[in-house]
Amino acid sequence: MRYSALRILKEALTGHKGWTPQWRDVAPAEAYDYVIVGGGGHGLATAYYLAKEFGAARIAVLEKGWIGGGNVGRNTTIIRSNYLLDGNEPFYEFSLKLWENLEQDFNYNAMVSQRGILNLVHSDAQRDAARRRGNAMILNGSDAELLDTEAVRAMYPFLNFDDARFPIRGGLLHRRGGTVRHDAVAWGYARGADMRGVDIIQNCEVTGFRIENGAVRGVETTRGYIGAGKVGVSVAGSSSRVMAMAGMRLPIESHVLQAFVSEGLKPFIPGVITYGAGHFYCSQSDKGGLVFGGDIDMYNTYAQRGNLPVVEDVVESGISLIPALGRARLLRSWGGLMDMSMDGSPFIDRTHIDGLYFNGGWCYGGFKATPASGYCFAHLLKTDRPHEVATAYRLDRFKTGRMIDEKGQGAQPNLH
Amino acid sequence: MTQVNRLNGGLIDRSTSLNFRFDGKTYSGFQGDTLASALLANGVRLMGRSFKYHRPRGVLTAGSEEPNALVELRSGGRQEPNTRATVAELYDGLDASSQNRWPSLERDFMAINDRFSNFLTAGFYYKTFMWPKAFWEKLYEPIIRKAAGLGSLTGEDDPDLYDKGFLHCDLLIIGSGPAGLAAALTAGRAGAQVILAEEDFELGGRLIAESCTLAENSGADWVMQTQAELAGMSNVRLMPRTTVFGAYDHGIYGAVERNTDHLAEPAPGKPRQTLWRIYSKRALIATGAIERPIAFENNDRPGIMLAGAVRAYVNRWATTPAQSVVVFANNDDTHQTARDLMAQGVKVPAIIDTRPDAPDVEGTEVLKGAEIINTSGRLGLSAVRVRVAKGYTRDLFCEALAMSGGWNPNLGLTCHQRGRPVWNADIHAFVPGEGLPVGQIVAGAAKGELTTDAALRGGAAAAVSALADLGITATPADLPAAQDAPVSLSPFWHVKDAKRAWLDFQNDVTVKDVKLAHQENFTSVEHLKRYTTLGMATDQGKTSNVGALAVMAELTGKSIPETGTTIFRPPYTPVAMGALAGRATGKDFHPTRLTPSHKWAEDQGAVFVEVGNWMRAQWFPRKGETHWRQSVDREVLQTRNSVGVCDVTTLGKIDVQGADAADFLNFVYANGFAKLPVGKVRYGLMLREDGVAYDDGTAARFAEDHFVVTTTTANAVLVYRNMEFVRQCLCPNMDVQLISTTEAWAQYAVAGPNSRKLLQKIVDPEFDISNEAFPFMACGEVTVCGGLRARLFRISFSGELAYEIAVPTRYGDAMMRALMEAGEEFDVVPYGTEALGVMRIEKGHATGNEINGTTTALNLGLGRMVSDKKDCIGNVLSRREGMNAPDVLALVGLKPVDAKDTLLAGGHLMNKTGPVDVANDQGYVTSAAYSPTLQSSIALGFVKGGFDRNGEQLRLVNPLEDKEILVEIVSAHFVDPEGERLRA
Amino acid sequence: MIIDHPLLGPRDAQEFTYLGDASLINRPDWQCENALSEFHDYLYLRDNPAGEHRELWYHEQGDRSWLVVTRNTVTHEILSVELAHDVAKAVTAGRSAK
Repeated sequence: MRYSALRILKEALTGHKGWTPQWRDVAPAEAYDYVIVGGGGHGLATAYYLAKEFGAARIAVLEKGWIGGGNVGRNTTIIRSNYLLDGNEPFYEFSLKLWENLEQDFNYNAMVSQRGILNLVHSDAQRDAARRRGNAMILNGSDAELLDTEAVRAMYPFLNFDDARFPIRGGLLHRRGGTVRHDAVAWGYARGADMRGVDIIQNCEVTGFRIENGAVRGVETTRGYIGAGKVGVSVAGSSSRVMAMAGMRLPIESHVLQAFVSEGLKPFIPGVITYGAGHFYCSQSDKGGLVFGGDIDMYNTYAQRGNLPVVEDVVESGISLIPALGRARLLRSWGGLMDMSMDGSPFIDRTHIDGLYFNGGWCYGGFKATPASGYCFAHLLKTDRPHEVATAYRLDRFKTGRMIDEKGQGAQPNLH
Repeated sequence: MTQVNRLNGGLIDRSTSLNFRFDGKTYSGFQGDTLASALLANGVRLMGRSFKYHRPRGVLTAGSEEPNALVELRSGGRQEPNTRATVAELYDGLDASSQNRWPSLERDFMAINDRFSNFLTAGFYYKTFMWPKAFWEKLYEPIIRKAAGLGSLTGEDDPDLYDKGFLHCDLLIIGSGPAGLAAALTAGRAGAQVILAEEDFELGGRLIAESCTLAENSGADWVMQTQAELAGMSNVRLMPRTTVFGAYDHGIYGAVERNTDHLAEPAPGKPRQTLWRIYSKRALIATGAIERPIAFENNDRPGIMLAGAVRAYVNRWATTPAQSVVVFANNDDTHQTARDLMAQGVKVPAIIDTRPDAPDVEGTEVLKGAEIINTSGRLGLSAVRVRVAKGYTRDLFCEALAMSGGWNPNLGLTCHQRGRPVWNADIHAFVPGEGLPVGQIVAGAAKGELTTDAALRGGAAAAVSALADLGITATPADLPAAQDAPVSLSPFWHVKDAKRAWLDFQNDVTVKDVKLAHQENFTSVEHLKRYTTLGMATDQGKTSNVGALAVMAELTGKSIPETGTTIFRPPYTPVAMGALAGRATGKDFHPTRLTPSHKWAEDQGAVFVEVGNWMRAQWFPRKGETHWRQSVDREVLQTRNSVGVCDVTTLGKIDVQGADAADFLNFVYANGFAKLPVGKVRYGLMLREDGVAYDDGTAARFAEDHFVVTTTTANAVLVYRNMEFVRQCLCPNMDVQLISTTEAWAQYAVAGPNSRKLLQKIVDPEFDISNEAFPFMACGEVTVCGGLRARLFRISFSGELAYEIAVPTRYGDAMMRALMEAGEEFDVVPYGTEALGVMRIEKGHATGNEINGTTTALNLGLGRMVSDKKDCIGNVLSRREGMNAPDVLALVGLKPVDAKDTLLAGGHLMNKTGPVDVANDQGYVTSAAYSPTLQSSIALGFVKGGFDRNGEQLRLVNPLEDKEILVEIVSAHFVDPEGERLRA
Repeated sequence: MIIDHPLLGPRDAQEFTYLGDASLINRPDWQCENALSEFHDYLYLRDNPAGEHRELWYHEQGDRSWLVVTRNTVTHEILSVELAHDVAKAVTAGRSAK
């Protein structure tokens, strides 16, 4: 069913009886050409683009719980293309361009809102780094502006300019960055994929891969064996567990990132702000809640919850930057499981097993990557070649010494 | 206005009358009132507007689960949005305003949304506002944002203080109702360390809200007597006004104590709130239960309340919501509401009970098997329409309705570690299931023991068993008997065929929305919540989640537990962010580290800069200097021409001692240290195990078994940590010990052609520091100023003849002053980090800008330093092909082709011809400065294959600031490339 | 979280800095035949188990001991805490025995 103004009017006047399921609940078929493991944002986007852009048929998405229940439903909803390195920036710029047309593309309002992202700088060295990054962004077709302190003050007069331990000395503004209604991304892709014949199968957990002669034949699931021509795994947060079933060890650790929302407030913060002297970034949702986060909890975990020290650290940073927040209340916290990779960058690659493909390692940057990740993974699944903006995301890059380390932290996942 | 709805009795202090304002009108109440009870007493039912439809709303509850009666409290920087009137303690002068309405609470323009409710169904946003494309951000979204949100922040800084603290106990008891108090008595008498936390300002929970009796006394009397006994126990800490908001790992609970929110403002220096981290061996959840509403047509009007809340207002606050109150329930328990009201002379026209076999109540009519099918009253309830068992309808006039669909155990804290509640078919509610946080137990209504008697005895028993785990013997406290009947309830969730029956009051989620979600396949609980926004409001669905689940269960034909359950995450109720931050804000956000000569530098008028947590002098302006460059140029030139002194105390310093110290450093550094002679210093480069450079510094050998290592300021902590890792985890058999001495020594760089002459005046004469006796890269222990022990290093960052001299920290200030005094004849100059930076760029030394975590020794031009003759951290992986490609980035010097041009760090380098694009990108500038020595802007940068490109011209582009200049690749050693000066 | 330090007793995890899998103690021989491959696996690949995990914590705000903590990554229950120095000694003793 296509959504249109006319359809809305008709349904409103007839008691909304005509709305149909946004995706079908189906039982798994015996076999598919493509089985995507993981019904999160990336998995659903992969299925959507496989069907829509690459003309693939007989596609299934297998989800162990309910679609969109992983990190696409547990993030701080930011989209941006403000990366430094050649291996990354073209990919994220491609992603941002897909975001910009996404709603028209899948006929679903995901509330893509390019409110602008401001990365604050607090030292000369940070300004130099911002300049290098801003130039890299522009050279890659993205947008960036370097602001001085007064320009920052004009945008955000309530920031701490007068009593700051680390004074604000400017910022790098990325106007095309912004926020998206995160859950709607999963639902929009699911609906779009479903309309193109993709089977979305919830409550179907993959329990093993059937691998014969070095090639994958299908997957064992809690709902029986499902044959597959190709299997794409897109289960960030659980990547190590799933790929272990194919005998692989990954350059990935699982960590938890907490995020927070305040009670609903009248419009206060127009865009997205990131603090350069502490762990804090913040935006305000259309509903009015301040959505904010900081650093991961630092230790390996599969528990979707964090601990108090990080909460305090994030809020200390937040109030140091925005003293007026003291009177706002923190309403809800959640924890998302992150595939923290060894250089802070993701993987979209084939594996040593024929027909088995891997997409993961998104650290805490997976949400903004959703469209491009799906698109590029679909490209790889269909053509067996990496998409041109995702050529660097190889699993063997640590063997060859071609790391993509934006933060320069080396092989310690919790520092990325 | 008089308190028209004030009754007799209650726990308020009628001797203390308090004046307060709501929406500009003045009212009065009593000490012990909440804002909600005082407003109700004054006959005010309308207190807020709902989120989406802007429906008029009054108070629903008497506690922290309140979804409707939210106000803005106070003003200016203290303005606090979304404060629940039901928990805001009244104080004299309290000033509150309603929110989310314009222009007034009575006439809210946005209430027009209610007229369009047919359009504004669950999920309507996702289907619309897409045409034309540009309109979403330009038109629709701004309108939606303006309409959304609830209260507002003023943007002014919060003036209040917040504190943090730590508490430890054997048993943390959360909730002071019958279960909590019984447990506290039991544990307190057994001598255990007990903390009793209560979110309310009075202890007692339902005991002070109900008219029930305990033995011969009222519940409130028993509470008072118990409280007095507990207050007398030194091992028991009573914490009213304290909300335990989160259950974290290993028995740690987060709690907020509201120290002074009940006052007009905190006394000077006193905190508004305190965040407590409570370390408990055992924790008892005795948080009671939360009543659930019934969904029926227009069940959201001001005056429609939960029955338990009505009883609380009557019994505790001596207030009735109105003079005529109808009761609507599916259980016996609620009938007490009518009795309590009638006992105070309030009219109860009828009790409407959904059960055909409901018992009778003396003094009023019980309509059995009946349902409310609609209500009326624009800004407050005026009548309910009842469909009686026989099928016809009856209208009952009333200004308030007390409703109850039963009680849900308040089990939020049991879910904080993702434990899932289970369904209890006896009480038709979820109760705590498996997976409770370790050390947590539950008692009383929170566990599903819904009678007072069961709660009392359950609480005592829980305390006994919790303490037994800890080896403390306790016997259950002797408890009074409570006469209350067992729960008799027949599930009833919503009146069928209602057009709009509210489940989530604040977010305006109705039964129809749940139906639509089901129709569109949002049937899992999480989908339901996210699609309809059910349970996402400030009350987090405390009164709505289970009801919605029941409706979804009906639709799917499954049972409620099959349909799912919802779990809760921290915080239990919203927590002021100020409390979570405590004092670590503003200038106190991070500690400030000062070097020993900071005061001296301050006296010189130094401009300081943050370097990590340190403050370092950036430059020392002199009279008449109007631009920082004047100061910096002067400092550089004077140093290069004569002598300058720079405070380098912030460098990391690590003492390395032991028989294997040399072998240890030989392994830690990429270059060799095994053969470094005693009395010599060597530059050292450290790699990460991945072969990337991460820090450089020096190691000075003071004895065969004693080295002093310096690190960069930024990496002092990291290097020490890594060295301890190597020592303890990789080289456990080496005889070597490390200690950080960063804070133990003050250190000063003395640089320039006259530096030796200056130091010869400082270093005691028995130490020969002539060039012959103390050549470049020498080190030694000396005494200065007549016997003070010091360490002298002949090392140079500036490229000049230079030394670093270290003295014990407490002599740092004196040392700086002595150097300045002794240097007067040479016109010595103090120089700051800017001049330091200029001189190191002139000399081509890498710092953090170049050693940026992605560059290798090879990139830095130090490839030969990585020994392949020995094992060291990082050598194996530094050999990977991708890090050794022919066109790897190489550190080069850059100068402008036109000397007038200025180089900026962060610019990218492009080939001289060809497009400005990624394909043509040759590298970037890492550091740039104006060199007063060369009288030109100069820079360091990385260029692809740059070692072989000397003399080549490149474009330095900076599209970010719309700049482009021509530069030439030169040697990075701009000054004294042969190193003659530093050996002089 | 609370870590029961073998020397100091229970300490808040906030005093510690986390590194990662305790297998980082088992650094390969730099001269072994497949040194590059061994070091790659050592530094970059992880079991990353959901369950018991032996991991390295550093008592940075304390006595500067490196600890090997065995902790369940699903429940966060801590099963044992050892001094990394002792663990490493046992590892090297095992090596020389070979």
